[in-house]
Amino acid sequence: MTGALLSARGLSLAFGAIRALDAVDADLWPGEVLAVVGESGSGKSTLLDVLSGRRQPQAGIVWYRDPEDHLHELHAMPAPRLRALHRSDWGFVHQNPRETLRMNVSAGGNVGERLMAQGARHYGDIRAQAIDWLRQVEIDADRVDDLPRTYSGGMLQRLQIARTLVTHPRLVFMDEPTGGLDVSVQARLLDLIRGLVARLRVAVVLVTHDIAVARLLAHRIMVMQRGRVVEAGLTDQVLDDPQHPYTQLLVSSVLQA
Amino acid sequence: MSGYNFAYLDEQTKRMIRRAILKAVAIPGHQVPFGGREMPLPYGWGTGGIQVTASVIGAGDVLKVIDQGADDTTNAVSIRRFFARTADVRTTTRTGEASIIQTRHRIPETRLREDQIIVYQVPIPEPLAKLEPSRAEARRMHALAEYGAMHVRLYEDITRYGHVSISYDYPVLVNRRYLMAPSPIPAFDNPKMHMMPALQLFGAGREKRIYAVPPYTEVRSLDFEDHPFRATRAPHACALCGAADSYLDEVVTEDRGGRMFVCSDTDHCETRRSAREAAA
Repeated sequence: MTGALLSARGLSLAFGAIRALDAVDADLWPGEVLAVVGESGSGKSTLLDVLSGRRQPQAGIVWYRDPEDHLHELHAMPAPRLRALHRSDWGFVHQNPRETLRMNVSAGGNVGERLMAQGARHYGDIRAQAIDWLRQVEIDADRVDDLPRTYSGGMLQRLQIARTLVTHPRLVFMDEPTGGLDVSVQARLLDLIRGLVARLRVAVVLVTHDIAVARLLAHRIMVMQRGRVVEAGLTDQVLDDPQHPYTQLLVSSVLQA
Repeated sequence: MSGYNFAYLDEQTKRMIRRAILKAVAIPGHQVPFGGREMPLPYGWGTGGIQVTASVIGAGDVLKVIDQGADDTTNAVSIRRFFARTADVRTTTRTGEASIIQTRHRIPETRLREDQIIVYQVPIPEPLAKLEPSRAEARRMHALAEYGAMHVRLYEDITRYGHVSISYDYPVLVNRRYLMAPSPIPAFDNPKMHMMPALQLFGAGREKRIYAVPPYTEVRSLDFEDHPFRATRAPHACALCGAADSYLDEVVTEDRGGRMFVCSDTDHCETRRSAREAAA
């Protein structure tokens, strides 16, 4: 396949006087991890919402390339198509897994939900796939019938990832996937995400305020400040040799243990 | 009865309800909102069903009303008398003689015919109500036929109990399109809705929704390929008529654990008993 999976041109969005997005361009190629970093309020999450079609920009355009290699203008797509896209070819991993997981439904049911939404109607198959995915995110297979509320924070996040990847999406949006977890759990989760992304060749748009996370996972990085992309490029290049004063500040402010 | 219009409701209201019914019949399983009126009985006692019945009943109709299968409970007797007084129609307890059957939570055991209408009283018309708290979102799910969440519920049941434990109001897919709550009839009755020759009308008074299943329409209970839908009944024969294929009620007879199982459909039970007596 050639060409970008997702490309955005001139995205702008203002909330009153606050410019959350100011002429943002972005491209995402298949199998690539793109990190969007910046401080709180820099427009990272807004960018994620607009790129995933959940929010309409005031100006600009987002193109999406479907598996049949047809280009679609994302914000002109009819709502049913967009919803179907979010259930199949795309995935969304939230910072707080409790937002997307069904807390009163077993882990297996949670993982199987997207399969059932796509029309899977064989209980045994759905359960087998759920167990397989729990294994892939390093959760014991015998926890498949347990409710998510008996899971630890790190396990919940891994469960959310399994639930998202079960339909083999080509593109996953991640909003601070390691936020709110303690450092050792973070490290394991990052390792897991890196392994899964490399093996399954999923493209990821990763929003994080943590430069270390970006360094570990991302191929390319976009640094945002006040709704504008101030610097973009290969992760190592940007982080080892920051050009923009704000990027320099960001890199130098990371605590060294 | 003087001072009241035929069948209690005024003609404008009946016309409005008939329009809703026509729309409901045109889109099988789809819930049509209507301007539900206050009726002289409380919500939850069949205000939806009684409005639908009032709108379709004519002077020549014969009405049967059942409550959990029984013709002789307060609710059934009151509604039957209500129409006898306000519409002066003939009433009956015989399923075969009725042209309109208003029911609370059962379908008669006797197979219904093309010239009959069955009117269900519905407490909660939205099958997704327990899964999706937002009604706007539930309507969107209906519009896009996104019913995966309903299967998650069945999945959970099988995981926990080894089988689907929903025993009443078992969700059905009508005409391969709309997910529908069949009102709290036992799952045992679900197969009777499939390809039923009679017109099925559903009225929810408090929720102000009408929906319908036209004659000979496909009605499928949701299931999994490897866990197909099964209608369950108490594994007994009726203590009065001996029927081994009807839906049974468990009746506690005294305070020392005594109990008996009898047909929930009283007319079915009586018909069988009188046939047996005639033969003896």
